[in-house]
Amino acid sequence: MKEGFRQAMAWLHTWTGLIFGWLLFAIFLTGTLSYFKEEITHWAQPEVPTRALDPAASLALAQTYLQEHAPNAGSWFIRLPEAREPALSVGWRAEGAGRRGFIDKTLDPATGEEVQARETRGGDFFYRFHFQLEMPHPWGRWLSTFAAFIMLLGLVTGIITHKKIFKEFFTFRPGKGQRSWLDGHNAIGVLVLPFHLMISYSSLVIFMSMVMPASIIASYGDNTRGFFNDLFGAPREVKATGVAAPMLPLPTLYEKVQEQAPGTRLGWIEVQNPGDQNARVRFTRHAGDRIAHMRGGGWTYDGVNGELQGASTIEATPMLISGGMYGLHMGVFAGPWLRWLYFFFGLAGTAVIGTGLVLWLGKRQLKHAKSGSQPGELRLVEVLNIASMSGLLLGVAAFFWANRLLPVGLEGRAGWEVNSFFLLWGLSVLHAMLRPGRRAWAEQLGLAALLWGTLPLLNQLTTGHGLVHSIAAGDWAMAGVDLTALGSGLFLAWAAMKMWRPPVVAAKRAPKAAKAASANLIESEVN
Amino acid sequence: MKSKAAGLPLSYRLAVTSRCLAAVFGGYLLASMSSVCISLLAPIPKAEAVISGMMLSFLFYLVAFLWCFASRSAWQAWLGVLLPSLVLGAINGLAYWMKS
Repeated sequence: MKEGFRQAMAWLHTWTGLIFGWLLFAIFLTGTLSYFKEEITHWAQPEVPTRALDPAASLALAQTYLQEHAPNAGSWFIRLPEAREPALSVGWRAEGAGRRGFIDKTLDPATGEEVQARETRGGDFFYRFHFQLEMPHPWGRWLSTFAAFIMLLGLVTGIITHKKIFKEFFTFRPGKGQRSWLDGHNAIGVLVLPFHLMISYSSLVIFMSMVMPASIIASYGDNTRGFFNDLFGAPREVKATGVAAPMLPLPTLYEKVQEQAPGTRLGWIEVQNPGDQNARVRFTRHAGDRIAHMRGGGWTYDGVNGELQGASTIEATPMLISGGMYGLHMGVFAGPWLRWLYFFFGLAGTAVIGTGLVLWLGKRQLKHAKSGSQPGELRLVEVLNIASMSGLLLGVAAFFWANRLLPVGLEGRAGWEVNSFFLLWGLSVLHAMLRPGRRAWAEQLGLAALLWGTLPLLNQLTTGHGLVHSIAAGDWAMAGVDLTALGSGLFLAWAAMKMWRPPVVAAKRAPKAAKAASANLIESEVN
Repeated sequence: MKSKAAGLPLSYRLAVTSRCLAAVFGGYLLASMSSVCISLLAPIPKAEAVISGMMLSFLFYLVAFLWCFASRSAWQAWLGVLLPSLVLGAINGLAYWMKS
């Protein structure tokens, strides 16, 4: 920290990157998978049939079902099927039960029959993991938000460190060991920089009222509810009168929403006090209809006479910015092409973190290359690098395999899927400890390649929804997951092959003087 | 910066620890104070001011973090985050008192 500003920033970049890199790698990878959360859930529950979308008919079926099964519930929730998620979901709070007593069911959107789908957390697992890390509330959220801050810090310190940002942008020297890793790290980092900055800053904005509450307290005191009411509008909770009254059919109210905003898609639909004189029906807009996320936006109707009770639209600039950040991070608005772009940008972010970790270790191992022995702390970093990267890929694959292999009726099945994820990930740590570094990489990547590459085959064998069927039926969400798994398998096989061979590059191509020079170059820039 | 941990004197390590604490906690204090300051002084509706304060506070945190590792000594790092926090705290106190 004495040498000067840029050196100090490089130091900060190096060490914060090392300490948070492993965690950030996991957050970025699972977060990237979350862009296909609905598709993964669809893959994980092949029993749910895909039907043509007809919101009004689905609403009618949901109402009939709920009327029959939960006539006395305090409130109903309905989620309509959409192109990315074919299930019609209904839910209600059981009478007399507390906040926990929530029941939810999946219906066939064409018949209104209950679908007996396998119990799984599907894509929601990766989504939750990427910001809660399976830790007790609120620690996971705090930790992942702090990690996001470190990512933002890493980007800024990286920009400061990287002096010739545009000149070197077009420089990539493959096959030169450490130098290529650095070129790759820089190129991916700079190429996708706007995305990286957006994604890390927006994570802070998403959880800002949790991690930076001082200004809420200063302005609202104990009345934090008041703050959220000012933001999203006070919840219009009305008490049930106890007088029964027939409810309007939901499709009728749906027509009214379409009159208000033609062509709008709906997200959640909430019915308060169903069957009561004071029934209220709230329609919320589908989050994908606009970029900026608007909590509390929507239309509320009287469920008995169909009068519009209120529609909230909040358009103040700061709310639009924070809602915009939220929306950009989640990417719900993105169509298929933009969604794939999000996915690849996410992978790029993951790769920046991964290459950074490899660089840190590689540079320090070079110094000990001649003596042949490695200090304990380098070995520790090596083990953690292997387990956090290739081990995580194994864990994710294990989740998908467990989804197909565990018996459908198994008690606590969804939990066992998650356990398989952690089990294989844990085993990868053990394996990395027992095997020499390069070998451990090769073996884990090889196994990951096998697991990923043969996932479509497993799907074909265990369900009737393999590639043959899904492509013929035009079920691209199902086929997409299979094909992506196959593609990942091929990529991992290539990576495993690279690691299987001994490193030829540094020894053969570079003569001694050049090697020393390039090592110095790396030294001056990396550290 | 040498990466070889063994060759570093204890005083250096303590200084680094001190800088880390200044960055994490001192920086957080500064960020909180700045968010309160913006939320109390910005001439826009209350909820909007609070949101703006929270969104901008992370930039203060970021700069404070950079400062703590760029400054010449650990003492300077602490001074650099605590002094502005104190000034902002005083302004906040005054603004809060005038509002209520």
